[in-house]
Amino acid sequence: MSFFSDENTRLAEEIIKRYPKARSAMIPLLHLAQEQEGWVTEAAMAEIAELVGTSSAEVLGTCSFYEMFKREPVGKYLINICTTMSCALMGAADLMQHAEKALGVKSGGTTEDGMFTLEGAECQAACTEAPCLQVNYRHRYRVTADEFDAMLAELSTPDPGVPEHGVLSQIRQHIPEKNTVGALPPEEVNAPPVWLNTEEDQS
Amino acid sequence: MSDSVPNEVSVNINGAEVRAKAGEMLIAAADRAGVHIPRFCYHERMSSVGMCRMCLVDVDTGRGPMLQPSCMVPVAEGMSVDTQSEDTKRAQEGILEFLLVNHPLDCPVCDKGGECPLQDQTMAYGPGESRFVEEKRHYEKPIPISDLVHLDRERCILCDRCTRFADEIAGDPLIHFTERGNSTQVLTFPDEPFSSYFSGNTVQICPVGALTAAPYRFKARPWDLDQVESTCTTCSMGCRTAVQSSRNELVRYLGVDIESVNHGWLCDKGRFNFEATNSEERLTVPLIRDPNDERQLLGSDWGSALANAAEAILDAGSDGIGIIGGSRLTNEDAYAWSKLARSIIRTDNLDAQLGDGLPAELVHSLPPATIADACEADTVLVVGPDLKEELAILHLRLRGAATKGHTKVVEINAAPSGCEPYVERAIRCGSGEAAKYLGEILNSDDDLATRLREGSVVAVVGRSSMAESDHSSIAVAALIRDELPHATFLTALRRGNVRGALDMGLAPGVLPGRTAIDNPSSALDDIWGYTPSMKGLDTTGMLQAAAEGKIRTLVLLGADPLSDFPDRNLAAEAIQRAETVISLDNFLTASSAQADIILPTTAYGEQGGTTTNLEGRISRLTQKITPPGSVRDDWMIATELAWRLGGDLNLTSKEQIWREIEQVAPSHAGVTVERIMSEEAREGILVQESSVEYIFPSVQEPPIADGYGLRLISGRKLWDASTTTSMSPSLRPLAEAPVLKVHPTDLQRLGILSGSDVRVISTRSTENLKAVADESLERGTALLPFNQPGFGANRFIDATAAVNDIRIETL
Amino acid sequence: MSEMLGTEIAHAAGFIANETPRIVTARFDYEDSFTLERYEITGGYQALRKALQQAPEDVHKEVTNATLLGRGGAGFPAGVKWGFCPPGVWPRYLVVNGDESEPGTYKDRLLMELDPHQLIEGCLIACYAVGLSQCFLYVRGEMAVAQERIARALNDAYEAGYIGRNILGSHFSVDIVLHWGAGAYVVGEETALIESLEGNRGMPRLKPPYFPASIGLYGQPTIVNNVETLSNLPWIIDNGADAFTNIGTETSPGTRMVAVSGHVKRPGVYEIVNGTTTFRDLLYGQDMCGGIRDDNQLKAFVPGGGSAPWFTPDQLDLPFEASQVGPQGSMLGSGAIMVMDETTDIPAAALTLTKFYAHESCGKCVPCREGGTWLEQILRRVVDGRGSRRDLDLLIEVGETICPGDFPHAAVPSKGIEAKPFPYKMTTICFVGPSAFAPIHSALTLFREEFEAKVAGNDDRVLIEVPVNV
Ligand SMILES: Cc1cc2nc3c(=O)[nH]c(=O)nc-3n(C[C@H](O)[C@H](O)[C@H](O)COP(=O)(O)O)c2cc1C
Ligand code: SF4
Ligand code: FES
Repeated sequence: MSFFSDENTRLAEEIIKRYPKARSAMIPLLHLAQEQEGWVTEAAMAEIAELVGTSSAEVLGTCSFYEMFKREPVGKYLINICTTMSCALMGAADLMQHAEKALGVKSGGTTEDGMFTLEGAECQAACTEAPCLQVNYRHRYRVTADEFDAMLAELSTPDPGVPEHGVLSQIRQHIPEKNTVGALPPEEVNAPPVWLNTEEDQS
Repeated sequence: MSDSVPNEVSVNINGAEVRAKAGEMLIAAADRAGVHIPRFCYHERMSSVGMCRMCLVDVDTGRGPMLQPSCMVPVAEGMSVDTQSEDTKRAQEGILEFLLVNHPLDCPVCDKGGECPLQDQTMAYGPGESRFVEEKRHYEKPIPISDLVHLDRERCILCDRCTRFADEIAGDPLIHFTERGNSTQVLTFPDEPFSSYFSGNTVQICPVGALTAAPYRFKARPWDLDQVESTCTTCSMGCRTAVQSSRNELVRYLGVDIESVNHGWLCDKGRFNFEATNSEERLTVPLIRDPNDERQLLGSDWGSALANAAEAILDAGSDGIGIIGGSRLTNEDAYAWSKLARSIIRTDNLDAQLGDGLPAELVHSLPPATIADACEADTVLVVGPDLKEELAILHLRLRGAATKGHTKVVEINAAPSGCEPYVERAIRCGSGEAAKYLGEILNSDDDLATRLREGSVVAVVGRSSMAESDHSSIAVAALIRDELPHATFLTALRRGNVRGALDMGLAPGVLPGRTAIDNPSSALDDIWGYTPSMKGLDTTGMLQAAAEGKIRTLVLLGADPLSDFPDRNLAAEAIQRAETVISLDNFLTASSAQADIILPTTAYGEQGGTTTNLEGRISRLTQKITPPGSVRDDWMIATELAWRLGGDLNLTSKEQIWREIEQVAPSHAGVTVERIMSEEAREGILVQESSVEYIFPSVQEPPIADGYGLRLISGRKLWDASTTTSMSPSLRPLAEAPVLKVHPTDLQRLGILSGSDVRVISTRSTENLKAVADESLERGTALLPFNQPGFGANRFIDATAAVNDIRIETL
Repeated sequence: MSEMLGTEIAHAAGFIANETPRIVTARFDYEDSFTLERYEITGGYQALRKALQQAPEDVHKEVTNATLLGRGGAGFPAGVKWGFCPPGVWPRYLVVNGDESEPGTYKDRLLMELDPHQLIEGCLIACYAVGLSQCFLYVRGEMAVAQERIARALNDAYEAGYIGRNILGSHFSVDIVLHWGAGAYVVGEETALIESLEGNRGMPRLKPPYFPASIGLYGQPTIVNNVETLSNLPWIIDNGADAFTNIGTETSPGTRMVAVSGHVKRPGVYEIVNGTTTFRDLLYGQDMCGGIRDDNQLKAFVPGGGSAPWFTPDQLDLPFEASQVGPQGSMLGSGAIMVMDETTDIPAAALTLTKFYAHESCGKCVPCREGGTWLEQILRRVVDGRGSRRDLDLLIEVGETICPGDFPHAAVPSKGIEAKPFPYKMTTICFVGPSAFAPIHSALTLFREEFEAKVAGNDDRVLIEVPVNV
């Protein structure tokens, strides 16, 4: 039984083809796995190992290095409250306290209904908009306690406009067959690219 | 100036000028100059990672001193290095304090305590106190990461040595760093243990006690250990080892780094099979069959056992005798038996190989290569057994050379091998048809043909499958000799000292020193007095003759034909029919258990002398422990028998035997006892001369398989039912039960479900086995490991057939 | 205008248009700034056309002449870096560093979300000039919107023939592959970025020998450039190197984007003139931050991202010019300024950074892995009032194992403290380890009294013997 759905298997193959070496597709494929299941399962890691030609231990090594890959289920919405300096200066600690109370979980916990996981996070590149947070990696700026509560209410509606955990970019890059150059393993490229040496360029 | 040698640079280390090889790492240059820079992660056989930061020293390249990791900085002309500066000392002290911050300091209960680089360096460079008052990192106590290795993550200092070894050297990246930063730890993937053939090396290179070997855990404390250097004789690679014992018991082998052979590595079989020497099952007194009850063996004294043996030998007469085996013996033992057979028993029926090797004349006549040659050749052409299974460290060396781009490995084989991940091309041929495929390539416009013809080539040639006769390998050797005259050879022979045994003349038609039987050296003529003039029988011939009643007494020199000879039926008939079977062995094996006279011999670790590896490299064995009971060296048994047969071998000690070998064996002339006792012999003394010629027989192509049968392919696995593995409690469970692997379409065609039991029928036998689908096989073939617990493929094999076919049916 | 952007384009909150020349943020005023249509009608892809008319080496020369300093942190001139690719070694790659995660830094995400085509055009120009045969656009994992905008821009540009085979009918062919990270600050370090792009744990490699320009992705020559750096290229090719060097100073020409966060009236991202704008202009200028919140006193500010040693009001008149900031004990880094007013609890503020770097350590070097966490633990107990005076010394001693010798810091004339110039020595591979110490060192040096107050009355701790003998 393969882990990836047929559609995702096809996508995985397309992604692998973009790289000079298959192993480079490891992180994109882990994202794809997380998009499919909401978290990264052991079966996913084992299959990715096969797809990129390495061992499961190596995939686990890479997977566990990166914060975003969850190796246990998390809530439908992952709320990351930034706790680094700029946000801390602007009241991140209060926001976190409020969030813990509002959700009834401690930072790191998931609500019983499986809707929300709350985490403290590091700098989210929105420092001028402190305190900020992300819901499934989509920013909310200068968040007050009231806004936080409003956000929870909004996220509890059927279609709040934020995709479920695991889905990042909702637009995929598509490299059209017709004008792709294609990735070659570096061993197979030994000459400078043509435009460095064409006559037009010399003239 | 005379002192400016090309590729050499001059650096200043602590005020002294040091010459170093351009590009070499500063830490290595300092080592050679006798300046020790402390380190944890650096290992000279692996790439530098500069992780532990312990080797930081002040390096000045003209822009003022800067702290640099000496394991990552290549020496450069004019570089000035201070390994004792204030900053350096502060850094070293600081790093050690950091390392101890989370280290459990459980030295008193740690296997590594007493030989621990962390402990030692803390004494030498450490701060002497810790200012860390927080809670340390905690992990579940030692977890088994494989059957042989345990991991204690609390002790681990994350030096990346084991993980680098697994990935870079072994090619089994099954342990890896997980998590990040302060939570980083070494781990395996759930349910995928670190089941590498080389796992034990990680224990040896771990600079703390984080990795421990199950067979050694809590066995001894380092200061109780006594150590000698020796050579492993598990296979014919001849890896250099350190043999350690405590209270006259072997407790550990370590790999010793020599450039020409093993680079410090050992396979797990060689590393852990010391357990067999210690085994309770060892034979300790002679046994003879009870005259009143054929099924009983009785303990005996040496006198009566030897008298019985001598009588059986005399009774049988020169032509009625066959001596099989000898590759377990040291060179000196082998020589004694060669001399006994030829000059006293007057027979040439003797053979160290068990029908699974190559003709001795062929081995002696091929232009020789070394392992190093192979690692530098433009192409290594492997047409032989799965090296990962049978010559594991040769596999490791070739893998290293291939992954570094120093050589390209091309393999021609009927079944997939463990080398495939790094070979440039794996050419799949039909069983017995390797020569045909190679011929086709050489005559094509394939780039490979050009490279083989124009570049340097080392051919690794041996028996790919036990289910095909040696004609296949002979044809390959013949083709390479004819078509690629510049190629040199490594012969992939099985078993420990097989090459030494052949060199000592334990093969029909060849005498000690790689000379033909009709061409003895004058010294040999003088000393031996008699040599047979006719070439005798090889193992197959002897077994056939015994089965026909023509050989009446069989001597098994540490050989177990029932398990190891490709044709079990023939071996069984021979042992059955022979009037007397004399076995010299360490254990009761399938064959020795059927012998009439069993003479217990010394085992590895209990004998001195020399051994010779597949290159022809002679290296020293060192006795470490005193043998159990009344067991004797094989050479002593030979001299005793000689005496009882009315002769005298005039051999008195291993050293004296070697002096005689050096005298009579032309290829070994000049390899004196003094050289063997010298430092030179650590690397081994390479002997490559030979005067033997081999006349290639004409070989026929194997018959086409009929539509119903599957062509049988059978090779050995590292973990099999061989004696030393079976007698090592830690290793025995690693040998898996045999399964027959068949291509899924073949199974489908026959209506067989993968994983079900099937009836397997050959001309020799019909047996039930589990069949499993394996897509990596060619259709029409069936793969069965040669000797797994409870079952050997040799039940199906006819040794006289070029290839063997089987049929399978549903039950 | 800024109000509108802040609300209407929620993803791009923070940008504040000011009166200085606008090189990279020119299109930010349009609501549809990220679309191909808008890009094209505002002169987009003209620079690429212009570049393709020239020989690659001439384009390279133009960039070198512009003295375009890298905007990722180290400030190394892009044209010079491109020249480090060893001749004759092919293929070469471009890796775009869009991993923006340095505390306080917020500019690359704006450029990716609001003007992705400008970045793409910059990538194409770089590939053309240096002969880079494939480009990997590495975007930080936690930036879903930037990923979407870039994906869409790439798809559109491929369709329009700006990327791919025979671009605009020329011989120039290159693929741009969008790649996302997965949450690890250290991956912003260029060699770690490459490891990550190879599918590995993002652990930095040692330089030397692993300078990306010579041994980078797959061991091949690789140019790693920051998003803002590359976003400057279309303007430079369009307007010429001279126009660029006419802005700012000779050693720091052009503009740069800076994010000012913390206790100012108008925190935001500004495009300012390089080399001449001072910190005072930025923090107090009426078209910029407009002063400290509630008209409080400025206590300290971090001038160049979380790794930078801190400044105090004494350094306000320094301009954005590396050669002036360095001798005063800090660096400009990634253009991130974090402002602390008089109400700030300095040890607690330092802890927010130290814990960041301890958490983000990749774990490769012992001093960073063990020392970073240890520093965090000591500082935490000091902040919590459980610390002792001995801990204050210990903080420095532990830090000195990561960075032996003098650590840079600013001058405080009123306390008789003289500046120690940048940079420092380190026992680690990359700057993460030292960065865990930097805020502690600054805070302790400049505001020791605040630490003393926290530990007053607590006993000194007892040392523990290491039982090495068995
Ligand atoms: C720990 C660390 C983190 C870094 N993070 C980033 C980053 O997020 N984005 C970035 O562009 N450069 C970052 N850099 C700098 C890069 O290593 C590299 O110098 C830069 O991408 C080069 O681009 P440039 O020359 O265009 O500035 C970081 C460096 C270090 C040491
Ligand atoms: S300093 Fe820290 S983050 Fe940087 S390489 Fe070393 S351990 Fe990794
Ligand atoms: S030995 Fe050099 S860093 Fe570990």
